[in-house]
Amino acid sequence: MKDWFKSGAPWIWLNGGAVALCIVMVVGLLGLIAIRGFGHFWPADVLQTTIIDKNGNEHRILGEEVRSEVIPSAVARDGGYQVPDDVELVTRYLIKQGNRDVSARDFNWYLETGMGEWEYPADAMVIERREWGNFYGFPLELKENGETLVTTSSPEFWQELSERVERSVELHHEINHIEKVDIGRINHSLERIRLERRRLQLQGADSATMAEAEAQFAERRAELDAQYQQVKAERDALYEQLERDALVARVASGTQVTIALHNIVRVTRPNDMGVFAKLGQYLERFWEFLTDEPREANTEGGIFPAIFGTVTMVMVMSIIVTPFGVLAAIYLREYAKQGPVLRLIRISVYNLAGVPSIVYGVFGLGFFVYFLGGSIDELFYPESLPAPTFGTPGLFWASLTLALLTLPVVIVSTEEGLSRIPTTIRQGSLALGATKAETLWKVVVPLATPAMMTGLILAIARAAGEVAPLMLVGVVKLAPSLPIDGNYPYLHLDQKIMHLGFHIYDVGFQSPNVEAARPLVYATALTLVLLIIVLNLTAIRIRNSLREKYRSASD
Amino acid sequence: MSEAPPATAESLMPDAQERARLRRVRRLKDRFSRWGVASAGLAVVGALGLIFFYLFSEVAPLLKDADVEPTQNYSIARTGVTAPTRHLVLERYEQLGASVTEAGEVQFFAADSGEPLTDFTVQGPDGAGFSALGVSTPIEALVAFGYDAGQVVLTQLSYQLSYPNDTRKITPELLYPLGREPIALDERGQPLTVLAVQATARGHVLAAATQDKRLLLGSYTSRENLMTGEVTSTGRVFELPPLPNGAEARFIQIDRTASHLVVADDQARLHLYAVSTPAEARLTESVPTERGQVTAMTYLVGTGSLAIGTDSGSVSQWLLVRDEKNVYHVQPVRDFDALAGSVTTITPEYARRGFLVGDDQGNLGIYHGTAARTLLTQQVDNAALSHLAISPINGKMLMLNSRDEVQVADVWNEHPEISFSSLWQKVWYEGRAEPEYVWQASSGGDEFESKMSLVPLSLGTLKAALFAMLFAIPLGIMGALYTAYFMTPKMRGLVKPTIEIMEALPTVILGFLAGLWLAPFLENHLPAIFSILIFMPLMMVAAGFAWSRLPQVVRSHIPEGWEAAILIPPILLTGWVCIALSPQVEVWFFDGSMRQWFTDNGINYDQRNALVVGIAMGFAVIPTIFSIAEDAVFNVPRHLTQGSLALGATRWQTVMGVVLPTASPGIFSAVMMGFGRAVGETMIVLMATGNSPVVNFNIFEGMRTLSANIAVELPETAVDSTHFRVLFLAALVLLALTFIVNTCAEIIRQRLRKRYSNL
Repeated sequence: MKDWFKSGAPWIWLNGGAVALCIVMVVGLLGLIAIRGFGHFWPADVLQTTIIDKNGNEHRILGEEVRSEVIPSAVARDGGYQVPDDVELVTRYLIKQGNRDVSARDFNWYLETGMGEWEYPADAMVIERREWGNFYGFPLELKENGETLVTTSSPEFWQELSERVERSVELHHEINHIEKVDIGRINHSLERIRLERRRLQLQGADSATMAEAEAQFAERRAELDAQYQQVKAERDALYEQLERDALVARVASGTQVTIALHNIVRVTRPNDMGVFAKLGQYLERFWEFLTDEPREANTEGGIFPAIFGTVTMVMVMSIIVTPFGVLAAIYLREYAKQGPVLRLIRISVYNLAGVPSIVYGVFGLGFFVYFLGGSIDELFYPESLPAPTFGTPGLFWASLTLALLTLPVVIVSTEEGLSRIPTTIRQGSLALGATKAETLWKVVVPLATPAMMTGLILAIARAAGEVAPLMLVGVVKLAPSLPIDGNYPYLHLDQKIMHLGFHIYDVGFQSPNVEAARPLVYATALTLVLLIIVLNLTAIRIRNSLREKYRSASD
Repeated sequence: MSEAPPATAESLMPDAQERARLRRVRRLKDRFSRWGVASAGLAVVGALGLIFFYLFSEVAPLLKDADVEPTQNYSIARTGVTAPTRHLVLERYEQLGASVTEAGEVQFFAADSGEPLTDFTVQGPDGAGFSALGVSTPIEALVAFGYDAGQVVLTQLSYQLSYPNDTRKITPELLYPLGREPIALDERGQPLTVLAVQATARGHVLAAATQDKRLLLGSYTSRENLMTGEVTSTGRVFELPPLPNGAEARFIQIDRTASHLVVADDQARLHLYAVSTPAEARLTESVPTERGQVTAMTYLVGTGSLAIGTDSGSVSQWLLVRDEKNVYHVQPVRDFDALAGSVTTITPEYARRGFLVGDDQGNLGIYHGTAARTLLTQQVDNAALSHLAISPINGKMLMLNSRDEVQVADVWNEHPEISFSSLWQKVWYEGRAEPEYVWQASSGGDEFESKMSLVPLSLGTLKAALFAMLFAIPLGIMGALYTAYFMTPKMRGLVKPTIEIMEALPTVILGFLAGLWLAPFLENHLPAIFSILIFMPLMMVAAGFAWSRLPQVVRSHIPEGWEAAILIPPILLTGWVCIALSPQVEVWFFDGSMRQWFTDNGINYDQRNALVVGIAMGFAVIPTIFSIAEDAVFNVPRHLTQGSLALGATRWQTVMGVVLPTASPGIFSAVMMGFGRAVGETMIVLMATGNSPVVNFNIFEGMRTLSANIAVELPETAVDSTHFRVLFLAALVLLALTFIVNTCAEIIRQRLRKRYSNL
């Protein structure tokens, strides 16, 4: 044993342990996110039981078990619970009871002491609602225009209910489309008329032109107004239809609640579902998460605008960063005079990759948004002042800031790629009489393309996960519309956007009901992590194959 | 290029002229490419350099002193006043000046030209003559006229804004908060020699000295008759204990809580009265000024401190400081650059702790209290300055001299609050018992004293980085050593991408897990952390020993270099056991709750604390350290290690004796890079700490770092305000710090690379 210690083997094991610990942490973290994230969409069973509260009263509760933990009973006693003296540790369960409109809190901890048997009643239903969060309870009857249509005793009840929910969801979709697209377009056109008029005024147009323009504007405006009236009438008709049905239900404590059907997104009975039915539900919810808009202050619904915003921003950033990064790398590697000055510049550029991202955010806010943006507004958008167009955080500035942030990544990677190209290839080209530019653009750069791709992918991965600078230069918690839509100029560079990373921060830390938001944050985090891992693995693959390729070429 | 030449005899080669043209085109293209690439490259380098210059240019104005540029000059008589001026005012839009005279005139005039605009006359009691004027802080703009029969008329200067035809119109008004009827402050009808006034939360308070050396304090409330608009006031007057030694009051100041009355006498002393219950008012302290006879004294905004000027030209700031026994003292805290002559007048700024001082030789001084900064001392006149007025936005001032001439001057004094001492040294703030480091940059009211010490933020940054490094250095370096030197290439091919993924994980995810999952988890499983810290290494060594005792048959299944993989099950087991036993441990050793136990033993415990940050940020830093250190160790030339092994050293001896010394600069630079990353990390700190700017290194308390502070406060600051620029300064500090650290690391690394190639 002494020999074993003397040989230093314990140290080797300790070092190995450090690696193993790192791996365990990474895998554990990814696993945690994956389990919590994927688990969010699984329709959990609804349990019914009785509990005894601090005052010794018995209550009937209905809900989903979120998690449980073991706590020392001293803690529970401090909290005012009655725990028998001989018990040292107690388990407590966090139950999601929903029904925010009936009882104030939708998440509650309950001790196992005094808890009754857990039952899973088959007709317990979960209703996802547009307001007030989930509803847990038992259905009683379905009403149409206030008249009872069917009650639960009727065998067609569930059939009828699901058909009617489907109808109201459909109507809701139509209304949403009208409000977002049609009315949005009309508003956009009206705003443009206002700006055109203001621009004419600012240009000091004479009264004749002005009068002519005014007449034209009035005509266009009248036309838009007419359109609006028509669209509005359509929408109002739909709203009226939507008001038709309502569902009467009973919560665990016995109170009756009437839920208008237009408030319902989905009705399920998880206890009555088989594995395959649940799987179907799972996929449906997952899809909805990826493609829907957020509800209830981002704590429910989907994250589509955040995904869309992230992707748009990253694409604009790539368009900016690729040419500049590549050209700068080519300059540093191929054209600049090698010497101490260049070495200094190169070290500085490399080091900028290590500069805190928030510093770029500060720079972006001060220089891009206030200085450049303010100047652009004065020069090109005087008609909308004092409301800023580019002089306020927005998509373009976010992309530009990120481009600056990721520039070193692209430069470093491209330079590495260029330096890996064997000199023999270059000299061969030059020996055949090609000029330097020809050698560069026809031989060297094509060979280095994979390196540039690697750089770009790494840049995208970094940009997609960056949040701190974006908080300053254009990402908001809830953007009113997507940055790309059907209204001229189609890509709205001045618009504020939503972003996956910021969504996590905002929902996880700024939302009033953290417990309700938690699963959604995990799911969002999972989406972001998957995106970034895929990007990174691609970059690693490209780089490795590249290394292999040139190792053989340079031999 | 590679097409085979056609079989025909005719040459495809262009003729000479064409060839020359092609050569020209090619040369042109070559040159175009050269210049194009060079300009783009330089533009990029320039853009990155711009970050430095831009941040610096935003910060530079903080260092600039004040600047006063006289523009106009006119006689006070031009404004239409007939009696000597006792008080001068300039309103917010810098268009109207107002002069208050002994004859009860309140004359508004155009500030730039002296053109008279509106005048009001305050009617004193019949037959009584003017004897004293009292002025409140500029926010209330109260002016009290005292008369020689002991009465007072209180007025208030006010401005109505209207926008006829889209242009701003300012209409001055004179209000009578306590009614137009004179108030009898002194029942004995003695002339009032000194008068002070202040608005309090409950009404108005007046303090005065009479000719027979009595001190009076009156507090008044008023009620407005809704029907007639007539204002009636009720109040009580109290007589305060007289000044000791038969001294005569020269200046009186009362604060906005109506609890501290400060009197300067003619014997170079200050007296503090506690008057919060006027009936029991008492003299709590008399202190000599030690700076000469007081010749001007005024409360600064917020009435927590006094600016005092003396006949020797000294200018000082005095604070009301509460001691442990809850007794207040008036205490000098800052002396500023003295003026040459004797001080004649002090005017406080509207919403900042700044003030302007004039002396009898025509010198003007501009000072700021909190920053202990003398922003300007300049001779602006030949005659003595008798009154000064500064606009609430600090852009223009009026100066009246003893020859009754008014001078108008433009002022640049944007950022007086910042000095080296206010950023980096302990500052004695109003209402505090001693000098402190505080970051509290903004608050609701106008009277708030912004506290912008970067020390708590810098220490918070270092604290977060320190705990992160404590976690990351051992894991990162040991892991790198093992991966580079002991691990089989096959496993290395798996480990390295995993670590790269770890590096690429967005910090917002780490932060969110740290804040929402790790922090509550740690709070509930505190003992597990400590037991893991102790048992994990022991377990690793024990597992290694057990492995070495296993029969050869078993061991040969897994060759050397897979130790890490073997250790994964024991690690998981240890972790699980520690966590599962954690509640039991709490019951056995800590009376059921370790957190409570900490609190009982005087250790503060925040749920989001430095421990959480250390683990989460350590997690983010490990890959940085790991990659660079691994690179350095892996590139140690093989012949060195092989030589060592050939000489009979064990693998570990080779590592300690050969590999580590050779690679140590690389490992050092890895640590520095990791530190650089930890210093600038924003999201983890933002989400996993309480963001409270505390100054301590308690692992169970939070912190606020420079970067998180920027992220929290910058979106809500007014552009180009002092706060805005200080946040830019914070960014510049971060940039400079990380840049220096990273450059050092990079230079060390390059040296090392050169050394390896020489070995």
